[in-house]
Amino acid sequence: MSETADTTVKGSPLASQAQKSLADENVETGEPKMRARGVDVYYGNKKAIDSVDIDVYTEYVTAFIGPSGCGKSTFLRSLNRMNDTIPSARVTGTIELDGEDIYASGMDVVQLRARVGMVFQKPNPFPKSIYDNIAYGPKIHGLAEGKQDLDEVVEKSLRRAGLWEEVKDRLTDSGTALSGGQQQRLCIARAIAVDPEVILMDEPCSALDPIATAKIEELIDELRGRYGIVIVTHSMQQAARVSQRTAFFHLGNLVEYGHTSDIFTNPAEKRTQDYITGRYG
Amino acid sequence: MSVTTLILLVLGLGLAGWLVARSRAAMFRRASADHRIAALPVYHGWYAALWIVVPTLLFALVWMPISEQLIIQHVLASPAAENLPAFGMQRETVLSEARMVATGAAPGVFNQDAAALVGPFEEAISRYSVIGFVVTLLVAGSGAAFAFLRLKPDFRARTRVERMVLSTLLIASLVAILTTLGILASLVFETIRFFGMVSPVDFLLGTNWSPDPMSSATNPDGSRYGAIPLFWGTLFIGAIIAMIVAIPLGMMSAIYLNQYAAPRVRTWIKPALEVLAGVPTVVYGYFAALTVAPAIRDIALSLGISNPSSESALAAGLVMGVMIIPFVSSMADDSIAAVPQAMKDGSLAMGATQNETIKRVLVPAALPGIVAGIMLAISRAIGETMIVVMAASFAANLSANPLEAMTTVTVQIVALLTGEGSFDHPATLAAFALGFVLFLVTLVLNIIALRVVKRFREAYE
Repeated sequence: MSETADTTVKGSPLASQAQKSLADENVETGEPKMRARGVDVYYGNKKAIDSVDIDVYTEYVTAFIGPSGCGKSTFLRSLNRMNDTIPSARVTGTIELDGEDIYASGMDVVQLRARVGMVFQKPNPFPKSIYDNIAYGPKIHGLAEGKQDLDEVVEKSLRRAGLWEEVKDRLTDSGTALSGGQQQRLCIARAIAVDPEVILMDEPCSALDPIATAKIEELIDELRGRYGIVIVTHSMQQAARVSQRTAFFHLGNLVEYGHTSDIFTNPAEKRTQDYITGRYG
Repeated sequence: MSVTTLILLVLGLGLAGWLVARSRAAMFRRASADHRIAALPVYHGWYAALWIVVPTLLFALVWMPISEQLIIQHVLASPAAENLPAFGMQRETVLSEARMVATGAAPGVFNQDAAALVGPFEEAISRYSVIGFVVTLLVAGSGAAFAFLRLKPDFRARTRVERMVLSTLLIASLVAILTTLGILASLVFETIRFFGMVSPVDFLLGTNWSPDPMSSATNPDGSRYGAIPLFWGTLFIGAIIAMIVAIPLGMMSAIYLNQYAAPRVRTWIKPALEVLAGVPTVVYGYFAALTVAPAIRDIALSLGISNPSSESALAAGLVMGVMIIPFVSSMADDSIAAVPQAMKDGSLAMGATQNETIKRVLVPAALPGIVAGIMLAISRAIGETMIVVMAASFAANLSANPLEAMTTVTVQIVALLTGEGSFDHPATLAAFALGFVLFLVTLVLNIIALRVVKRFREAYE
């Protein structure tokens, strides 16, 4: 049980309490899937993230909340090195996936992103058919041999994303012709198709209507346990609904990290309480 | 009274009207209770100035040719004109000589007939310039009167001025369209004349092109006007050889600049490519004719090809392809840059490499824009004249061998129109038919390209 202490912020008054309730839940498996320690992210000379420690478990959905510009998306993108695409961005500290430092020089970023997938704020299906959207990842990673194999992967991914029934008769239609909610589920199916271990979701519902949002939230719940899921959200209700762990970011700092129920009912920090009661942000 | 002085005078009147109207409107404003009138004083100023300047300039535009005619009439009516030669060039020469002396453009007369006419000319010019001056002032005055009568506190001068500005803008945009229509009409007219002499079937389907300007104009030999070799040469040089050069190089440079080049490299290479687009085509022509063509001939000789042409289609096509690179490259660059970053991120987040992302996502997504760019490039290449005039041949060959001499539509148009052929002869009129076909083809290519680009834009907005 020694690992459980790491699930909370070091030195936080919440630590002992979180440890106790983790034990109560009794689903702890030990090693976290991803482990971030002392992570700083800079854009040029500006420090966007200051010394963040977080653990991500496959068993839980982890939500990042916080006001706009607090760095939660920046930190999320550093978990699969998407920040590499921004020339001025620089990450220090360690982020481990199954104990392996993802910023180590030997780490192949292509392999990393196949293991840590990502879903974006705005649905971004490729301007290809629904089938080709899903088949894209398996093809580039050589995960499927032959057409039949690929068909299976496509069907399985669409089923897991809860989209199969809606699109099975029009797999050759363009992915961009789907509705916004369907597009976002297509993007989730696309991420699932390469069989990742962790899926990062950057405000996946912010461009969707409430019904589409409910479907995505349902989907997230179904995917929990199979994939480690980290979701950035602006909606505190959403964080409360879908996540078991919540991290509150403010001005580039991780203010508080712990059980979602604790964060929302009994936050240890004044700033957290002010934010969740709507006093700022 | 010279034209310049007149214009300056009118503009001066306009300025005066502007100042007076504005200050009157300002007075109204001060007088009104809440300092509000229907339009700002400056709009009243513009309203008056426009009413003074525009009608006056329109009058001057009409008056200039009319007064010209009136002067000639006056001179011909004078007794001195009776000695004039009856018709033709001589009469014109005498008249213009007398006129030049009268206006002081020439020191003295050469032809004695002209000397007698100098007096009547001077008289007529001074009379009509006085009349013109007075009428101009009248027009300006009535314009000013009209404007000032309407200058009241509740007069909406701003909307009127805006309406005038709007119509000016409309006219400006119509000029280009009307010019295009005029060009088309003249082309169509001459083309119809040509097809009255030579059957369109012979022209469009015949394979022998050897128009003879010396042959009888009334009964032309239609079998000499087969334009297929020209169309083929144009396509072969402009749309095939040039594009084989331009498409891969343009695409590759666009991808490099857009996706791989460091900002510092990009700031150097992009302007350099744009300079390439600005080089006058005649300079490319020198390059093709003096450097590339002989080099190709030497290479062909060293490869054992006997008797290669020094005016090969290959030379013209290669140089034209290089000229077209910036077009293809900048259109491709823009299209790739227009693909949303989200699309690229989506692919990279799947674990695709940059290379895979470019090949499988960016280029396919940008393809409509790239295709449109290529079509615009083709339409430019087949309409290009200078390079082929200098580097391609005048001989119409129907051949698929790039080392052979070939000619293009534009080359033949130049050849047909630079001779001394009469404009009644089918050999000259054929140039218009060729131009018409070229116009239609490039028009269709441009329309398709623009539609494709439009649809592509809609997809991402």
